[in-house]
Amino acid sequence: MILSLEDITVSFDGFRALNALTLSVEVGELRCIIGPNGAGKTTMMDVVTGKTRPDRGSARFGQTVDLLGLSEPEIAQGGIGRKFQKPTVFENHSVFENLELAMAGAKTVWKWLAVRTTREQVDRIDQVLHTIGLTERRLDIAGALSHGQKQWLEIGMLLMQDPKLLLVDEPVAGMTPQEVERTAELLVSLAGKHSLIVVEHDMAFVRSIARTVTVLHEGSVLAQGSIDEVQSDARVRQVYLGE
Amino acid sequence: MSAALRADRGGRLLLGTLIAACVIVPLLNLLPSPASALHLSNYTVTLIGKYMTYAILAIAVDLIWGYCGILSLGHGAFFALGGYAMGMYLMRQIGTRGVYGNPILPDFMVFLNWKELPWFWQGFNAFPYALLMIVLVPGTLALVFGFLAFRSRVSGVYLSIITQALTYALMLAFFRNDMGFGGNNGFTDFKDILGFSLQAPATRITLFCVTALTLGGSYILCRSIITSRAGRVIQAIRDAENRARFIGYRVESYKLWLFVLSAVLAGIAGALYVPQVGIINPSEFSPTNSIEIVIWVAIGGRGTLYGAVVGAFLVNYAKTYFTDALPSMWLYALGALFVIVPLFLPRGVVGAIKART
Repeated sequence: MILSLEDITVSFDGFRALNALTLSVEVGELRCIIGPNGAGKTTMMDVVTGKTRPDRGSARFGQTVDLLGLSEPEIAQGGIGRKFQKPTVFENHSVFENLELAMAGAKTVWKWLAVRTTREQVDRIDQVLHTIGLTERRLDIAGALSHGQKQWLEIGMLLMQDPKLLLVDEPVAGMTPQEVERTAELLVSLAGKHSLIVVEHDMAFVRSIARTVTVLHEGSVLAQGSIDEVQSDARVRQVYLGE
Repeated sequence: MSAALRADRGGRLLLGTLIAACVIVPLLNLLPSPASALHLSNYTVTLIGKYMTYAILAIAVDLIWGYCGILSLGHGAFFALGGYAMGMYLMRQIGTRGVYGNPILPDFMVFLNWKELPWFWQGFNAFPYALLMIVLVPGTLALVFGFLAFRSRVSGVYLSIITQALTYALMLAFFRNDMGFGGNNGFTDFKDILGFSLQAPATRITLFCVTALTLGGSYILCRSIITSRAGRVIQAIRDAENRARFIGYRVESYKLWLFVLSAVLAGIAGALYVPQVGIINPSEFSPTNSIEIVIWVAIGGRGTLYGAVVGAFLVNYAKTYFTDALPSMWLYALGALFVIVPLFLPRGVVGAIKART
């Protein structure tokens, strides 16, 4: 088990964004999470990454780490990477520098004033560049990349931290069909080496990558299973597919 | 250092100019007879010296605003605190030459009927102690203020507003006579520094050169920081703060550290300002002063460092000119600059020059 959430409740001014959510993800798994707007998908990610503290419940990373006591940088350093819905890269830095900045390791001010990037680290960056298919754009300013390329760069930045768990929020929104296909290949190739949680609306995309799908509704799990099981579930059809 | 200045034409030009000024200005001030056309008056030397202290202040603001997106509208406070620390040393040096001739107490304390020196004035007769305070007082204030503000994730316009409040509060406090800083008169009528008369041309020239070197040193320091890997993190925080946080950077400590450094630079600038200008009073804390600094940086070109220097010189030269020739027009000119620069020179003067070449 790489992540286990138990009985997580988050309320904002009386609105329960998460309602006794219990969810677990296995090591190396690629899990898709779907659900209508307001189902609690983003709040769930906020809890896991330390941005939001739940009112109740427990969140464990691996066997031992209690996520609820850690700050955002501690969680990131501990091996959970998060990709935002809107591509968020450092637009004024080159693609290479973006990956360099994201590299695993100590990130305190004093260490970073003097430190230089080693040969091995450059190799690691080049390897990630290859994985995300941006080798040719190595020295370009990240702001000049296309929408899809920025999404891949951001995934690459997460990979630089050698994360155990990757949280990916709507990776294919706004992508061309070719980019969607390329992203699906990328995410599938990462599963196994890393555990992934992908939140996505695009059902065709979910079908192309998912093994297990969790459906959230009103802050808790409505159904879980293979894409076919989930799509044939009567409650899911009712709340999510609108039938 | 050499790596930091490579591919930095603006910076090399600035440093070259400063070195040249350290040679040419003393020569033209001390050698030709005052009647000669080549003679540079004491007034001009002091004026350029004053502009250079403003330039250090502008670099300090550009460091945090241009590279980390922290828009401080209260940097005048750190400048003034450094200035007051230097002023306290200079006041103690007056000794028995004051109007009341008290060897220990500055005139304003005698006037207020104070019998002994307040505890916070102790030690300021020693120059090294004063130097320490010039760094420590603005630095500590920035540390405490920044710690509270950044930890609470106060940023953007909210941070700008509380920095304004900070400098305004300090202004009100320093206006009070019972604070022990001379009330609205502040400190003036200084006699000498380290035993050298402040009126002597040699002292003025030395202060000029020290200011030029400090300006150059500040530039090199800031440039080295922003070209280091930590500097790339700082700019990453400016562009996407949350992304930086979620890849594991303690955004708050980077901001705090940079803010403190910037405040210390501002304090040093203030300390160099006071002996050259000869006065420090609470108006240095006024919120409009702090806003003007931001205007210098914007006009010069934000996020270049040397642009801040250009802006500080241009705007202050214009201010000197207007307040002399057309006193009532200065505020209109400043207002016009505020409108014209964002419209036609969004990257400042140096940005416009860069785009042409």
